[in-house]
Amino acid sequence: MAADMRLPTVLKSVSLSGSVLDRKDLVVPGDVITSDTGFMRGHGTYVDDDKLTASVAGEVQRVDKLICVRPLQTRFNGEVGDVVVGRITEVQQKRWKVETKSRLDSVLLLSSVNLPGGELRRRSAEDELTMREYLQEGDLISAEVQSVFSDGALSLHTRSLKYGKLGQGVLVQLSPSLIKRQKTHFHNLPCGASMILGNNGFVWLYPTPEQLDEGAGGFYTNLQPVGLSDREVISRLRNCLLALAAHKVLLYDTSVLYCYESSVQHQVGNRFCDVLCHLVFILKTFACSSQL
Amino acid sequence: MATVHVSEAEKVYILHGIRDDLRVDGRSCEDYRHMEIETDVVSNTDGSAKVTLGDTAVLVGVKADIGKPRPAVPNEGYLEFFVDCSANATPEFEGRGGDELGTELSNTLYKVFNNKHSVDLKSLCISAGEHCWVLYVDVLLLQCDGNLYDAISVAIKAALFNTKIPKVHLSADEEGGKEIELSDDPYDCVRLDVENVPCIVTLCKVGHRHVVDANLQEKACSVASLIIAVTHKGTVTCTRKVGMGSLEPESIFEMTQVNASGRPFMLHS
Repeated sequence: MAADMRLPTVLKSVSLSGSVLDRKDLVVPGDVITSDTGFMRGHGTYVDDDKLTASVAGEVQRVDKLICVRPLQTRFNGEVGDVVVGRITEVQQKRWKVETKSRLDSVLLLSSVNLPGGELRRRSAEDELTMREYLQEGDLISAEVQSVFSDGALSLHTRSLKYGKLGQGVLVQLSPSLIKRQKTHFHNLPCGASMILGNNGFVWLYPTPEQLDEGAGGFYTNLQPVGLSDREVISRLRNCLLALAAHKVLLYDTSVLYCYESSVQHQVGNRFCDVLCHLVFILKTFACSSQL
Repeated sequence: MATVHVSEAEKVYILHGIRDDLRVDGRSCEDYRHMEIETDVVSNTDGSAKVTLGDTAVLVGVKADIGKPRPAVPNEGYLEFFVDCSANATPEFEGRGGDELGTELSNTLYKVFNNKHSVDLKSLCISAGEHCWVLYVDVLLLQCDGNLYDAISVAIKAALFNTKIPKVHLSADEEGGKEIELSDDPYDCVRLDVENVPCIVTLCKVGHRHVVDANLQEKACSVASLIIAVTHKGTVTCTRKVGMGSLEPESIFEMTQVNASGRPFMLHS
């Protein structure tokens, strides 16, 4: 079994183009935003000696008289309509607690899931007792944010056929600020796998189902072994996502596909990640020049 | 170790992947993750090393101190191991949470080094029965993503390689006692011979196959693992079985064959 060894090398840094350097609205904690007292302070700011100062690292947003700082890296702050991928942490009375890497665990109420067979009826005590048969601790689900509680916790629902318990696949955990907001977060990639880009940074890669059956909304989880070619595609996609995240590239279906296509000539394996870092470097310069 | 939750369907996916020799990140069952070794990272120790194996990061510092040799072996020095699982790695290690894992790791390290050939203990002796060098090896777990034993053993080997023990001059005192002088020159030191220091290879049994360098998710799917410490000549210094599952004798034999091929990779890097 051969092993490659090399001495440490200096990492090549991507030079930012001139227009990016001119941006004056990037701040770090402690930076004074303005000394004018006529502004209202929003999230991410505080008043220090009559000066409006940033408390997080991010970009400044001004809306008329309101100044707030949107942080570059933060826990997931959900909004109504966001698609999330989460893991069940607790089974409680009439609801499940879901971990979505936000400040509080999200809540999935029993009344917000589809019953088997698609019946519409009032949830009974028997349904409460059989909750664990549907979703256990450790299960992965895809859901949509229905509402936000006053304390900031998210209330999720899976009341559509495309949401529900997830079957076989790979979960990649990334920062939520890297996921681009799009019309749809469910992608069937042409390379042979499917991807769910959760707004909370959880990306789920799975083999494309042959026919669109009950979908994830049903209870049936397909435990048939996945073929080797599909597995290779999924592993390659996973490494692509990790390489893109390491270089802080915005993630959406096109960027992941470009990275996948550039990586096809290399073997999936041990040194893949290093090779990909070089590829992402090429992609970044390409992205900067064409302003994706 | 840190626990990670895996759903049933994910476990099935991982199991079938290992059966087909293609793991989740594209590795085969006998591939290690990307490893980075850095020596001489901590300035106030006599030797140090930092090893990053995938997402697992381990920092080892070696300090040499003069102490009294053990009564059973008066002409040898000895090594003391201490493993600290820091809360940096996972919140479970906060407070006393990491103590159990730390003692388990240090006990295994004592067993691994408890033989005459790993480190030349006689070279650590200053004056028989009175003074000897004691090497305090401190291991700090910075990040935990599976396969702690391998990372720790590589880090210890690198730190011992980096250790510089100052040369000692013995002189007679006025009252007849012995006085020890350490040379002031920082380059006047003795280096240890680490050729025979063993490296640990952990083999996790997942399904019917075994994998090398399992990350936390694969560990959650495995029932038992075998930890073998080998030197580059092939001498096995310690074996341990961890986990609640059982291993058949044929699979143990198969694992040692794999281990024999994994060993040259570990020791030459």
